[in-house]
Amino acid sequence: MNFDETMRFIVCVKQVPDTTEVKIDPQTNTLIREGVPSILNPFDQFALEEAIKIKQEDDEIIVISMGPPQAKMALLKCLALGADKAILLSDKAFAGADTWATSYTLTQCIKKIGGFNIIFCGLQAIDGDTAQVGPEIAAQLDIPQITYVENIEKVEGKKLEAKVQTDDGYKIVEAKLPVLITGITPSSFEPTNPPMMSIMKANKKPFSTWTIDDIGGSSDNYGLNGSLTEVIKVYSPPARQQGVIIDVEEPEAAVQKLIELLSKDKVI
Amino acid sequence: MEKCTGCGLCEKACPFGAIKIVDKIAVIGDECTLCGACVDQCNLDAISIQRKKYIDVDLSQYQNVWIVVEIKDGKVRNVSFELLGKALELADELKQDPCTLLIGSNVKRFIQDFSNRGAKKIYIAEHEALKDYHTETYSSIITGIISKYKPNIVLYPATISGRDLAPRVAATLELGLTADCTGLSIQNGLLLQTRPAFGGNIMADIICPITRPQMATVRPNVMEMASIKGNDNAEIIDIPVKVDLQNLKIKTKEIINAPTSVCGPPVCEADIIVSGGRGVGCKENFKFLEDLANVFKGAVGASRAAVDLGWIPKSQQVGQSGTTVSPKIYIACGISGTIQHLVGMKSSDVIIAINKDPNAPIFDVANYGIVGDLKTVVPLLTEALRKRLQNNN
Repeated sequence: MNFDETMRFIVCVKQVPDTTEVKIDPQTNTLIREGVPSILNPFDQFALEEAIKIKQEDDEIIVISMGPPQAKMALLKCLALGADKAILLSDKAFAGADTWATSYTLTQCIKKIGGFNIIFCGLQAIDGDTAQVGPEIAAQLDIPQITYVENIEKVEGKKLEAKVQTDDGYKIVEAKLPVLITGITPSSFEPTNPPMMSIMKANKKPFSTWTIDDIGGSSDNYGLNGSLTEVIKVYSPPARQQGVIIDVEEPEAAVQKLIELLSKDKVI
Repeated sequence: MEKCTGCGLCEKACPFGAIKIVDKIAVIGDECTLCGACVDQCNLDAISIQRKKYIDVDLSQYQNVWIVVEIKDGKVRNVSFELLGKALELADELKQDPCTLLIGSNVKRFIQDFSNRGAKKIYIAEHEALKDYHTETYSSIITGIISKYKPNIVLYPATISGRDLAPRVAATLELGLTADCTGLSIQNGLLLQTRPAFGGNIMADIICPITRPQMATVRPNVMEMASIKGNDNAEIIDIPVKVDLQNLKIKTKEIINAPTSVCGPPVCEADIIVSGGRGVGCKENFKFLEDLANVFKGAVGASRAAVDLGWIPKSQQVGQSGTTVSPKIYIACGISGTIQHLVGMKSSDVIIAINKDPNAPIFDVANYGIVGDLKTVVPLLTEALRKRLQNNN
């Protein structure tokens, strides 16, 4: 592939449980996992959509994901949304990966794919919320990173210009390619679903499943064995106590009541 | 497996739906991510996770608890003093030294702020070209410093730049890193890192047993700030640094600051946040919220809806795609309480909700709520609180 004329974008995605559907059992204060659907991480979809937006006709978008076999569903959605190729990294040896082992696995895959111009990662996964895998991939590939990207302003030649979120507004940064970007928040948080026609077409697009044999390396570096952090306990946060809701006709009375409660409870 | 009685506790505990009870025995399927939620639930020790055991790694050469200070607009951000407060506690427990890394331009003037709050050693990486945070310069310098001085623990603020910097450093040095911690303590000599996951629905305790330093980013406004003690005898270590700005691959072309003067302090640092949502109705009505925030010198926040409508800058957005906050008091005005918003604020100490709709989900997490029109309620509350606080003084 001649990267002077066309571009290759790699988008890293994850299949996640829809945490917005998660409910807590009030009796046991534990997660009710039953019936919670697995979805394409919304932030990853937004990143993919940005890649699609800047893609020119001959450019190529490859989506990659590490996950169990059923994560294929998330990748098929990516293909239906407009990605050209998908690679699922699925192997028992990959299970139990922390952010380091995950980023190592994805980095091995990216190296195997060969050249690229821009790597896209979503802001964070809605199940883990770490936002670490993107910068960890960039560090391992030794390419620059731009995190908290709002949107890509333009791509010209070997340069990219992005609008980046800061603590007090935005900045416009210019990066030489190749680069890894994370972030991209859309105008609406509700991810769109691709039309039926695209879903049908997605099934005909190139899809491969890679195992440890395809990306190489010792199994000691992957999954649980390759992880540098160890989760030793998972538990429910203490439930919030039922609050006092003041529902009275007179706003003055409601405010007075609230002030009394806040004083009594030493909040103010 | 012979210990399993098929009680089903693990099936219920699995966040990924990977366990099914088949013929009165738990069967773990491909969906398993080895998260360990089931291991804790099982009363019979029937489930275990095998991991490779590392031996012969000398970790004792890694000593002391470090914090990386964040400086913004020529000021030390409060979160840095919060990190120091925690570092003092951890170092005391480990009988090691609490250390501070000051990186930036003209940072020596901050030495006293940290020495009189209890830092024992202060490392200085000072250079004119380090005035603004930049991934390439900061990460390469900090990577070098960590390799040379071998700290046991390094804490970073979980701010926009801290969460950009820490994973870059961690992956370069092949170190474990735990994101956005809300609790830190020492257990069996190791740093026990507590963080929320799954949209705040579960908590995880995480350790980093085999690599040093143990590193974490720490959520602002959760830890207690180190107080001024007056002792001023920290050892100062000046680290010479070279910075080459010419070869940076990423350059800032333009800075567009949102007008934040009306919004008070940054939401992640505010003790008190008054947030508005779609129910505020229009941009002008945010004035009511500003007045209320001013009573406490608090910040004005917003839900995603209000930001999308252009009523308030994105920098003030609280929630999953904005900032996660944990203030002492969070006052939600006209915010219905979508899950994405709740994730970003439900660890606040006290939540007060004001909403017209008595069924709004925000009332489920609120400690106090008023059902009513915020345009009437908020000004009344502002007045009542102003009087009350005046009387207190």
